[in-house]
Amino acid sequence: MPEVTKLIHKYLRHDKKFPHVWCPGCGIGIMLGALIRAIDRIGFEKDEIVLVSGIGCSGRLPVYVDFNTLHTTHGRALTFATGVKLAKPSLKVIVIMGDGDAVAIGGNHFIHAARRNIDVTSIILNNSIYGMTGGQSSPTTPYGMRSSTTTYSSIEQAFKISELAVTAGAVFVGRGTVYHAKLLDNLIEKAVLKPGFSMVEVIAHCHTQYGRQNRLGTAVEMMEWQRDHAVEAKKAATMKSEELKDKIVIGVLVDKELPVYQDEYEKIRERAKGAGAQK
Amino acid sequence: MVEGALRAGCRFFAGYPITPATEISEILSVKLPQAAGTFIQMEDEIASLGAVIGASLAGVKSMTATSGPGFSLMQENLGFAIIAEVPCVIVNVMRGGPSTGLPTFPSQSDVMQARWGTHGDHPAVVLSASTVRECYDLTIKSFNFSEKFRTPVVLLIDEVVAHMREKMVLSDEEEIETFNRVKPTVPPEWYIPFEDTPSGIPAMANFGEGYRYHVTGLTHDVRGFPTSRSDEIGPFIARLHRKISQHFSEIQMADFFQTEDADITIVAYGCVARSAKRAVIEAREKGIKVGLLKLVTLWPFMRSAIEKVLQTSKILLVPEMNMGQLSREVKRVNRGVAKVYALNKVDGTIITPEEISNRILEVS
Repeated sequence: MPEVTKLIHKYLRHDKKFPHVWCPGCGIGIMLGALIRAIDRIGFEKDEIVLVSGIGCSGRLPVYVDFNTLHTTHGRALTFATGVKLAKPSLKVIVIMGDGDAVAIGGNHFIHAARRNIDVTSIILNNSIYGMTGGQSSPTTPYGMRSSTTTYSSIEQAFKISELAVTAGAVFVGRGTVYHAKLLDNLIEKAVLKPGFSMVEVIAHCHTQYGRQNRLGTAVEMMEWQRDHAVEAKKAATMKSEELKDKIVIGVLVDKELPVYQDEYEKIRERAKGAGAQK
Repeated sequence: MVEGALRAGCRFFAGYPITPATEISEILSVKLPQAAGTFIQMEDEIASLGAVIGASLAGVKSMTATSGPGFSLMQENLGFAIIAEVPCVIVNVMRGGPSTGLPTFPSQSDVMQARWGTHGDHPAVVLSASTVRECYDLTIKSFNFSEKFRTPVVLLIDEVVAHMREKMVLSDEEEIETFNRVKPTVPPEWYIPFEDTPSGIPAMANFGEGYRYHVTGLTHDVRGFPTSRSDEIGPFIARLHRKISQHFSEIQMADFFQTEDADITIVAYGCVARSAKRAVIEAREKGIKVGLLKLVTLWPFMRSAIEKVLQTSKILLVPEMNMGQLSREVKRVNRGVAKVYALNKVDGTIITPEEISNRILEVS
C-alpha cells in the first residue's frame, strides 16, 4: 500500500461525509497533508491530539481528521485551546486558523497567547482574503490589491503574521508555502515538538477569490508565484531590504527558549500549597 | 461563591477584571492553585469564556465571573456552549447599564440579556441569589445543573449581594450533593456524542479519553458533524429545548414566604427579595395579608410558582431594579387573573422595604 493511502486510512474520518468543502486546487489540503505527515513522523497517538480551529475555510479542517477536534467561534480558537491545554497539559493542542481568524477578529488572542507562551502550536493559513464569505479583504490583503470589499483597491497596509508573532514573543516562528510542501512538513514537526507558543504561517493561494479578483491565474500559476518569490531565511539574511520587497522569507524565523506557561503555573501551585499549609 | 465553586469541584477559572465581580477572580487566583486547579486572567471576557469552555471539554469543571459589559462580550461563546452542550458556569454580578453604566451600583437589568443575549433560539438556565448562603448553595447548584444538563448556567447576583457580609456556617460534614457529567460507557466506536436519549442529554466524553469526536458551533448531526439537512437540524434544536423543558421541575426553584393566605403577593428576586421580605413582615403587622414569592430560578420562568400564588392572591407586585424585565413575564403567565403591578427603580440605589410598603398601600 502506498504511504499516502496508509495515512489516509489512519487519520481521515471515514464516517465523515466527504467530499470536503474546499475548492478544487485549494492549498488547505496540502497544509492538512503536511500536518498529518508531521504528526505521523513524530508518532503521537491520535487520542493525544486536540485540533482546534476557528471559522472560515481553514476552520473546516479538523472535521475531516480523526483527532479530538474542536471547531470554535470566529477568531477565538486560541482561547479555547488555552483552556484545553491548561486543564489537561498532557494533550497536544494544535490550532488551525486563517488570516482573518488569527490577525483580524482574533488578533488580540493571538498576541496574548504568544506573550503568555501557552504551549500550543498555531498553524495559520494565510491566503490574503476571506475566501468562504466570498473574497472580502483581510488584514493580509496587500496594499493595492482588489477584493470584493476593496473593488477599487486596498488602501491599507497588510499585517505580516510571522513578524507579528515574533514581536509578540512566540518561541518558534516558521513560514512556509503550500508550494514548499516538504518544508511545511518539517516546520510543522518542529513547531509541534517545541514547548511553548509556536507558530507556522502557511502562505497559500485562494485562486477562487483572491486570484480571480486580481487576475493571478490558476491555482498552479499562483503556486508558481510562491515558488518564484520564496527566499530561504538564511539567504534572506544576506539580502538588502530593497531586494526582499516582494519576496516571501521562508524557513525557521525564530527558535528560542522562554519559560512555558504551564510549567510556571506548576511552580505557582507548589508555592500556593505551601502558603495554604502555613495558614 | 468561591467556596461553593470549590466545593462543587470547580478547578478552572478564566476571567477578566471588572467591577463589581473582581473579588471572585482575586480569591480564586489564591485558592485554585492550592487545590491543584488553574486560574488564568485572560485578555478579555470573550477569551475568558472561550478558555472556560476549552477546559470543560478537557474534563475540568470550569467557571468565569463578570459584570454587565463583560457579560455582553461573553454572549458569543455562551451560544457556543449551548449548541455544543458544554457544561460551565458564568456568574454575572449585575451593575447598572447600558454600556459602562454604573460600575459600583447595583442593578437587575441583565435578566433579559441572560435569557436572550446570545443569538438564536435557545434554552437558558439562569439562577438568582439573594443571600450570601445562597451564593454558596446556588454556585454548587449551577455546577450541578450545568454538568447534568450539559449546558452553561448563568448565576445572576447584584452588586448588593456580591459585596454583602453575612454569617454562614460551612461544614465539611454537611451533605452537599455534587453532580458530575455522565460519561459514555460504550466502547468508542459505538459512542454517538450528540445522541438523542430519553432524557435529551447525551453522555459526554472528555478530550483525551479515547472517544475522539467533533465539537462544533455549527448545527450538527448526532455524530457532531455539520449538517444542513432539515431532518437533522429540527430534531437537534428541539432536543436542546427538550432537555431543559423535560426537567423543569428539577431546575425551577422558588421560596414561598407567607403566601398561603396572601391577598397580595410580591414576586421578587435578588437583593430586592430581601427588602420585600421585610415589607411582608411589616404589612402583616398592620394586618394586610401579604406574601413573598422569591424566584430563585429566573429562567426557565417558573410558571407553576406564579400559578400557585394566583390561587389566593388578587394582586401581584413585582419590584425590580430595572424597567420591568420580569414583570412582563409575570403578566404573561397571569393572563389577566390578578392585577399585576410593577415597582421599577433604575437610579442605582436599592429598592427599600419602605418603598415596597408604600407601593403595597397604593395598590391594595
